[in-house]
Amino acid sequence: MSDTYVQLTDLTLTYGQSVAVPELNLGIREGELIALLGPSGCGKTTTMRAIAGLLAPASGRITIDGRDVTRVPANKRGIGLVFQSYALFPHLNAFENVAFGLRLQKLSANEITERTLQGLATVGLTGYDKRKPAEMSGGQQQRLALARSLVMQPKVLLLDEPLSNLDARLRLEMRTELQRVQKETGVTMVFVTHDQAEALALADRIVLMKEGRIEQLGTPADLYARPETAFAAEFMGFENIFRVEGGKVVSDKGTLPLGFATTSPLLAWRPDGVTVGSGPHEGRVVATSFAGAHREYVLESALGPIKADADIALPRVEIGETLTFDLPEATARPLAA
Amino acid sequence: MNTIGRTTANWIILGLTLTFLIGPFLIIILAGASDTEFLAFPPQGLTLRWYAKVFTVESFRASFMLSMGLAIFGTLLALVLGVPAAYALNRYDLPGAETVRTIVAAPIIVPGIIVGLALLRYVVVPLDVTVTMALFMAHTALVLPYAVRVVSSSMHNLRGDMEEAAVLLGCSRFQAFTKVVLPNIRGGVLAAFILGFVTSFNQVPVSLFLSGPGVRTLPIDMLAYMEITFDPSVAALSALLAFMSLAIVFVAERLLGFSRYV
Ligand SMILES: Nc1ncnc2c1ncn2[C@@H]1O[C@H](COP(=O)(O)OP(=O)(O)OP(=O)(O)O)[C@@H](O)[C@H]1O
Ligand SMILES: [Mg+2]
Repeated sequence: MSDTYVQLTDLTLTYGQSVAVPELNLGIREGELIALLGPSGCGKTTTMRAIAGLLAPASGRITIDGRDVTRVPANKRGIGLVFQSYALFPHLNAFENVAFGLRLQKLSANEITERTLQGLATVGLTGYDKRKPAEMSGGQQQRLALARSLVMQPKVLLLDEPLSNLDARLRLEMRTELQRVQKETGVTMVFVTHDQAEALALADRIVLMKEGRIEQLGTPADLYARPETAFAAEFMGFENIFRVEGGKVVSDKGTLPLGFATTSPLLAWRPDGVTVGSGPHEGRVVATSFAGAHREYVLESALGPIKADADIALPRVEIGETLTFDLPEATARPLAA
Repeated sequence: MNTIGRTTANWIILGLTLTFLIGPFLIIILAGASDTEFLAFPPQGLTLRWYAKVFTVESFRASFMLSMGLAIFGTLLALVLGVPAAYALNRYDLPGAETVRTIVAAPIIVPGIIVGLALLRYVVVPLDVTVTMALFMAHTALVLPYAVRVVSSSMHNLRGDMEEAAVLLGCSRFQAFTKVVLPNIRGGVLAAFILGFVTSFNQVPVSLFLSGPGVRTLPIDMLAYMEITFDPSVAALSALLAFMSLAIVFVAERLLGFSRYV
């Protein structure tokens, strides 16, 4: 693609003998906010460290803006990284933390001061310049780490689970903050998360990873509506995934007749895609909970447990009673084997 | 036990502790002030002349300077070797790191007298080094484990990603060490220096084997002096040295909370 800014080509990353990421190919566009999403241990951090230059690839190439940087050391690569732990310098105050990289560049004192204060302002930390990191809240430390990387005007800014240490409310706040800073500065951002909601909310595109490989790559809307594999579907909240064999839906527990024809070997339904209160199948309620706009049921059926969301207008059905349900064609997502 | 009984027990324990900790110190101070020609306790009459005499004994002056030099430069060298060693032990998954840790701990466990004998037998005699050089090597070796230990413990909480952050901001690995690691272990390094200094200065057994004609550390010189002269000036000198150690530790505690590191 012509507008690819960072290109990873056949990138293989290893720790000693074990291969963490085999032959990864990924193009990142200039100015985009891309999310690396995947379960623990799938190689997200490893990939980031390789892009930053902290981990030398066993083979493959990394180019940034058309230039091969595979052998360029980390301190010459011009890439920013916000660590999950923030990695702030505890002996320096906020101002000096942000000014740290600028001071190494032999800039004039005026320019250092100006850019540092500007950086602090960008993340909403004006007036906190004399504070030591230990005297700041988690959210403030996170923003300070962000400012420290931003003032360097990196070609690419990498963020490793930047929001995972924050409580739920602050997390939402920082999400919008990150998005705002990204739009304001136009910097290309790659951020790591294992929270699908966070990836969906923030990213322009999502890279879903599994065991060091890209499982699926696409816009949040794409991934949400059209996961291609069982793994992707599960990650995107399709909690009912079954095989299709000879016109029947099949699980390890049993089978149910399928009401429509399909050629795909796997079908998946979100809980809200399952029709409850009518339909050809029956299930015994084994769990139910109120979730605001709907009521969640777990139905023990011939296929084993089915997760289903019922309209809140429907009368509540108690545990042990039976409910009818359907797995309709309209909400079925066909998956590759 | 009832409350009164417990309170009484507490007081007794406190009293005994003070007696054993402070008591010898007081005895030395007083013995050094005894107005007699020989070491006496309780002191008979009080005088400061023995305290004054300490400063006029030529060999005390020379051996004090030697002990000072050994303590300062031996500890500095131990730190020059020990800080990178502590850093490497903490940062890198080195093969044999456990062995190094054990070796580093050995001089703390092995009695100094054995270390002194071993150094004499296997280093000083075969290599024919000068007495001063031998003492310098011995004191450095003696302080090194303390340096590694104390610096290690202050480095322990320092996460590696701070240095990586510094590198990504443009530092070389070495700059990351001087700009990020060193400032954060400054307290530990100072603590190691003071501990090393005091250990080296008061060291007897190792120096006992290595001191040669005319070259003696202060503690050894004091032993030698006592074999010939039994006047209270040795007690006076001991008291003065104890005050010096006390002053150093006091200042260190005030400046950087020394006790956190030891
Ligand atoms: N220093 C290391 N030495 C050996 N193996 C490692 C090392 N770091 C990571 N690995 C392995 O490499 C694989 C990828 O790890 P990585 O840290 O990239 O995962 P991650 O996707 O960031 O996971 P998490 O969400 O838990 O942070 C894992 O199997 C992990 O066990
Ligand atoms: Mg990780």
